[in-house]
Amino acid sequence: MSNKEHDVSRRQFLNYTLMGVGGFMAATMVAPMARFAIDPLLQKKEGTEMIYVMDVKDITTEPQNKKFTVKKVDGWHKFDEQNIAYIFKKKNGDILALSPTCTHLGCTVAWNDDPAHPNQFHCPCHGGRYTKTGINIPGTPPPAPLGVYKTQVKDGKLYLGEVQSRGGA
Amino acid sequence: MLQKLYDWVDERLDITPLWRDVADHEVPEHVNPAYHFSAFVYCFGGLTFFTIVIQILSGMFLTMYYVPDINNAWDSVYYLQNQVAYGVIVRGMHHWGASVTIVMVFLHTLRVFFTGAYKKPRELNWIVGVLLFFVILGLGFTGYLLPWDMKALFATKVGLDIAASFPFIGDWIKVLLQGSDIVGAQTLARFFAIHVFFLPAALLGLLAAHFLMIRRQGISGPL
Repeated sequence: MSNKEHDVSRRQFLNYTLMGVGGFMAATMVAPMARFAIDPLLQKKEGTEMIYVMDVKDITTEPQNKKFTVKKVDGWHKFDEQNIAYIFKKKNGDILALSPTCTHLGCTVAWNDDPAHPNQFHCPCHGGRYTKTGINIPGTPPPAPLGVYKTQVKDGKLYLGEVQSRGGA
Repeated sequence: MLQKLYDWVDERLDITPLWRDVADHEVPEHVNPAYHFSAFVYCFGGLTFFTIVIQILSGMFLTMYYVPDINNAWDSVYYLQNQVAYGVIVRGMHHWGASVTIVMVFLHTLRVFFTGAYKKPRELNWIVGVLLFFVILGLGFTGYLLPWDMKALFATKVGLDIAASFPFIGDWIKVLLQGSDIVGAQTLARFFAIHVFFLPAALLGLLAAHFLMIRRQGISGPL
């Protein structure tokens, strides 16, 4: 039989089989390593647990600075994260728990500490200000309202979860 | 498609001679297992290189998770093995591959020895091969400490005591390797640096010399 009777020459056939087998072997080697490397993308996100912060009966209409601890797991590193929430009751009685992280560049804002602008959240870094409900005041640096903690009330106790962003404006 | 891309680059850079020089070389009949099956003994050098490639690749990926610190090393290994997808496979490749590499080096050395391939004019390549053997043993020794478990700790203590038994300068060698007066934080950092930077650099340099020499001198003749 001559090569002319075949569509694939002997050289091509050997090329294809060798490249195919070689490619398969290389893939079995590299695939586990690739999956290993991209694992952070595919790790299931665990919902953060709700943490008890204070009793509902102690919540007033004035924002109170409350510290609470969240147990965090970062790979092999387990640590306690200290979080702060400003907690108060809105006029309609809803509980609002604001994150004090400024949406401008991430400094920590404080409640009512700027005599020139009473009853506002004030950021010491660049003078960003927010209303009591955490809405950024136009003309100050922050581009978005303060984040809000997910809240849950059970048996008269307030539990806080993740911070949810309220988008940019 | 690929051919067009290749042609486009080749037209500009004339890359064909580059890989032709590497790829085109005589493979004598006496080393080709297709003619004489017993010629498979000539594969051990290539297999050693293959396992070294696996070691380098799997090692690169392991360092994405591994931390060379006494407080975190063991936990990071435990995490990458048990929590990261295919961690047990990637670590397993590196763990078992290390032993396979040494076995392959040994078989390759036996083949070269019993076929007399080390004789003139190939003495220099034999010397480089022996240096490669020492570098690979060093990689095995330094890598053994990195998981930072009890086996790693005591194996390293034994190894360093052997180093310390060297006449006259033994104690200096031990302190130099240990980086401290105990096997501890500084030893781990030092062994990590040696394992992932110094010895691999030496390994690649020596491998390049090894391959250049075999290409220049050709494969030794049949028995």
